[in-house]
Amino acid sequence: MKILAFDTSNRCLSVAIVENNNILGQTTINTKLQHSAVLMPVIDQLLKMTGIKIEQIDRFVVAQGPGSYTGIRIAVTTAKSLAWTLNKELVGVSSLAVLAANISSRQNLPIIPLFNARRNNVFASIYRWENNKLVNIMADTHISIDDLIAQVATMNTPVIFVGDDVKLFVEQLQNKLGTQALFADQKFNLPNASVLADLGAQMSPVANIYQFVPTYLRRTEAENNWLQAHPDAPRSASYVKEV
Amino acid sequence: MSEKRELILSFESSCDETSVAVIENGDKILSNIIATQIDSHKRFGGVVPEVASRHHVEAITICAQEAMAAANVTYRDLSAVAVTYGPGLVGSLLIGVNAAKAIAYAHHLPLIPVNHMAGHIYAARFVKPLKYPLIALLVSGGHTELVYMRKAGEFEIIGDTRDDAAGEAYDKIGRVLGINYPAGKEVDELAHQGHDTFNFPRAMLKEDNYDFSFSGLKSAFINTVHHANQIGEQLNRADLAASFQASVIDVLTAKTIRAVNEYHVDQLVVAGGVAANHGLRDAFAQRLSELDHHVDLIVPPLRLCGDNAAMIGAAAHIEYQKHHFADLYLNADPNLEFTYQA
Repeated sequence: MKILAFDTSNRCLSVAIVENNNILGQTTINTKLQHSAVLMPVIDQLLKMTGIKIEQIDRFVVAQGPGSYTGIRIAVTTAKSLAWTLNKELVGVSSLAVLAANISSRQNLPIIPLFNARRNNVFASIYRWENNKLVNIMADTHISIDDLIAQVATMNTPVIFVGDDVKLFVEQLQNKLGTQALFADQKFNLPNASVLADLGAQMSPVANIYQFVPTYLRRTEAENNWLQAHPDAPRSASYVKEV
Repeated sequence: MSEKRELILSFESSCDETSVAVIENGDKILSNIIATQIDSHKRFGGVVPEVASRHHVEAITICAQEAMAAANVTYRDLSAVAVTYGPGLVGSLLIGVNAAKAIAYAHHLPLIPVNHMAGHIYAARFVKPLKYPLIALLVSGGHTELVYMRKAGEFEIIGDTRDDAAGEAYDKIGRVLGINYPAGKEVDELAHQGHDTFNFPRAMLKEDNYDFSFSGLKSAFINTVHHANQIGEQLNRADLAASFQASVIDVLTAKTIRAVNEYHVDQLVVAGGVAANHGLRDAFAQRLSELDHHVDLIVPPLRLCGDNAAMIGAAAHIEYQKHHFADLYLNADPNLEFTYQA
């Protein structure tokens, strides 16, 4: 099975083509890019370099979020459009799981991937390797760094923080968690689309491509305010209608 | 052997409508699927960009699926994929742009970038063939522009609003009248029940240019209502609406007809969301009929005045003939605009 996987959840862009666990190619760029401009050109280049045609891809795997709202929308829109129009499989994987899976499966400690979510908040979760499977211990969530630290403090085990944004919180983590906080080597802090492809290879494809959307983990501020003012309104409703 | 049909699959997602269409030879709509988010944004009294972007992702592929199915065509039949790349809300534009890029790439089809405002003008192509040169008045919630078209696909702005767009002014005074967003249709209906009794200003009417201004009118309206409230006087809402609408229509029609005369054109296109306004349509028909030479007025049917992908396909037809294609680096350009006349 040939997989095309891509992640544009944050500043870093990573695209990979993987066939039956063999990485045929991967491009990772970690400069300030306009993902909407360069994602398709990078996909095109990688397909050309690996001699594979887009029609030969069997499954599209995308980092579905959390992350930058615009970033995950670009990846998800591109992935669902490709999968739909070519009538191929689509799989969405947590962008945080992609980072967690960078840490060796020989590692027994809990792994905490995180992204900066501004105002001292993070998107974070907790994973652990069990029998070569990445198991989710705490679901992906939007949480203040203080609450995350408090939760980790109750765990009585060292944990490994991973992600390019961890450096923004290193001081707080070290001050409050001391030796409990371990940090991934810098080379593991960027997402690898080949890792994303591996995770996606083990999952079932989405049943309904049309309804596939990013995992934002947060309502918009406008909706939060509106829901507060309208406590009896349904929490989720369809507001888009064909005319 | 019959000539191959030119079929363009077109995408529009610049604001709060997700739309996908299949257009044959630039003038025949095979399908035009429009999914509106208006019920969502009504909750907030206006379009919230992040909410709009999210809804576009929900709707984009189902709209494309329905457009292909309703047109009863396959990818093999298509000549090109077209998409609005500006102007508009950047997060919204990005959904159409990325979907169109992916679909064009997947099927090795040319990708045609379309200016949303060109789309509004080319909605007129579904009514009858366009004859150049022509003048187009673009009126919507975001724009009020007079455009001179020397030839097909060539656009020059000769006049523009200095502040609010006409549609924006409708929404703002609508709020004062207690009318929910979007207010245009209801203000139009109310205006038909009243009379122009308040004599609101006709901004820039006498000035020797084609520019517009609606913020003074809006302020005059709001001040009138507030003053009446303070002294406990009840004003006639229908007369207020009629007076406001009369000012907007006077300025729009006077400046537009002056442009029609000075540029010696035989065709006038009135397009954009506010072109759905009945008062404006009637006024243009009336005032053009008073001219000593015949000027063709083209106002797209109501369904094609709002944002839709059919009009993008019609504009893309011109670009297709000129081989104006984008590469895979195409990005959204939220501030895209026609060039201004020197």
